[in-house]
Amino acid sequence: MSKTGLRRVAAVGAGMTKFMRRALETPNELAYGATSAALESAEMTRQDIESVVIGTAPDAFDGIHMNGEYLTDGAGGLGLPTLRGYVGGGTGVFSVIQGWYMIASGVFDTCMVMCEEKMSPCQPHPQGAFVTIFDHTTERPLQPNLLWIFALEMNRYMSAYGINKRDIARVAVKNKHNALDHPAAQLGAEITVDDVLESEMMAWPVNRLDVSPTSDGAAAIILAAEGTAERITDKPVWIDGVGWALDTAYWATRDLAYPRYVETAARRAYDMAGIKEPRKEINIVEPYDPFTYKELHHLEGLLLADKGGAPQLAADGVLDRDGDMPSCPSGGLLGVGNPIAAAGLMKICELFWQLREEAGARQVPGQPKTGLAQAWGDLMQVGTVVVMRR
Amino acid sequence: MSDPKTPPTKLAGTPLSSAQFKGGEIITWDDRYTVEYDWDSGVAIAAYLDGLKNGKLLASYSPSSDRTVVPPRTFDELTWKEIDDLRCLPGTGRVNTFSLCYVNWDASRRDDPLIPAVIELDGASDGMGILHMLGGVDPEAVHIGMAVEAVWKAETERQGAITDILHFRPVAEPGGSGDLDAAATSSPTAGFSDVDPGATKSDTDGTQGEDS
Repeated sequence: MSKTGLRRVAAVGAGMTKFMRRALETPNELAYGATSAALESAEMTRQDIESVVIGTAPDAFDGIHMNGEYLTDGAGGLGLPTLRGYVGGGTGVFSVIQGWYMIASGVFDTCMVMCEEKMSPCQPHPQGAFVTIFDHTTERPLQPNLLWIFALEMNRYMSAYGINKRDIARVAVKNKHNALDHPAAQLGAEITVDDVLESEMMAWPVNRLDVSPTSDGAAAIILAAEGTAERITDKPVWIDGVGWALDTAYWATRDLAYPRYVETAARRAYDMAGIKEPRKEINIVEPYDPFTYKELHHLEGLLLADKGGAPQLAADGVLDRDGDMPSCPSGGLLGVGNPIAAAGLMKICELFWQLREEAGARQVPGQPKTGLAQAWGDLMQVGTVVVMRR
Repeated sequence: MSDPKTPPTKLAGTPLSSAQFKGGEIITWDDRYTVEYDWDSGVAIAAYLDGLKNGKLLASYSPSSDRTVVPPRTFDELTWKEIDDLRCLPGTGRVNTFSLCYVNWDASRRDDPLIPAVIELDGASDGMGILHMLGGVDPEAVHIGMAVEAVWKAETERQGAITDILHFRPVAEPGGSGDLDAAATSSPTAGFSDVDPGATKSDTDGTQGEDS
């Protein structure tokens, strides 16, 4: 039993597809690729799965209304209690929280969590699908795009703490470098801070290399209850803390320099996991990095850095794979790619491999024991957090 | 990959190039949907739009949290109490944050940047901002904290929409921030029941010729 009085839940298998700008495969074929790889990694079959959680972000990308229902086949959900969890960009980590409930509650012993996104069908560019997230009466007539949100938030963050773009650009250098060691990565590369600063100016202060790509891909993780998990693997990775929180949809009335909803979510997860000093106890972190500054913004919301202090951690190498607090050792969304819901779940897969010390060329040194993954989204208002332990 | 044991090792997925996708090398199916929506504007936003049509920027005052909030709303999301007290804001404010955006909504590019901004409105509670555009300003001169004012469309062109404000432009700051702060009070107007949202709706329909 965990301190919540609920059953402990472990991850026992993980798999994913390549992340790519445009996949030949359909969403269901991608889903099958991820779920079958996860089952194979755990030496399980579909018949061993008792429940299924599907994660996918706005239907507008795939262009398939009720995409969760459509994905039931590829997720292995036929005839099973199957649900879709959804909090926009935060979905990838949220879906694991939903899977955790399935098992912690005592109702099911196993759960397949599958997240998929295929953004490439949306023409002329998936960017257009984001228009409809803004308030239909008070904002959409201004023809906003998603870059605005990030640019406005990044500018406020920089202004509030006196941060310059060079400090933030290091995140792109680090993550694209890390992604070179990820077999599924879309955008692994060796670049410099100057490359970032000299890349196309899209929406000041956001340059092109500050931005994660649009992607197709899928990821899957298999969860099991204590008692069952140990029979499946001798290296279960326990989900010891979960938390999520939403802030107001009146986004322009929020403090854009600090994601307080991420802090709320993190405090819930830390409390559940019994973590008193997160900076000492979290060995490895996969914060959500759709844009460079977001990784830093989120590290602060997660209480892993002082407000305005995360850029210095990047400058000091603390966030490097061999640093004191490796951040996005996978390569993150900036390097591996950003098929939205699947990208969040990719972070959970990375913790699974890292905490089992199976991450190969990406392995963080020092036998990490505790990791944290976080995602963010909806109308810039949700934080989703999972704490995992070996 | 130098290390064949680096996960994920089983890796489905077939990347397609743009040329393969668009050049007929694979079979694709194209479709497009024209989906139309007509949104009624509710109670509070109807009042907001009616105000805009009349050249006024309205907020609502919530006595339970002592906040003046914008856009107006009929309930306070913090205290969970009803609100029925509209206030007229002076139409000035300060740039909370901004961007110089060279990308349109469909990812096409533009030479002259759009300047979206969050504008904290004078007369509303601290931090109460709205999304709007800056105009009539050199993009290089825009800065956080800049004092701005609403520039309205001509009265005959207003239709009860957020775009009745063309944009916000800088105002001179002869006396520094004190002058603006002194003017930054909201004046009571009415409650929601004093606004006839039907007037806005039917006028809008008439302007756009959509009734059928």
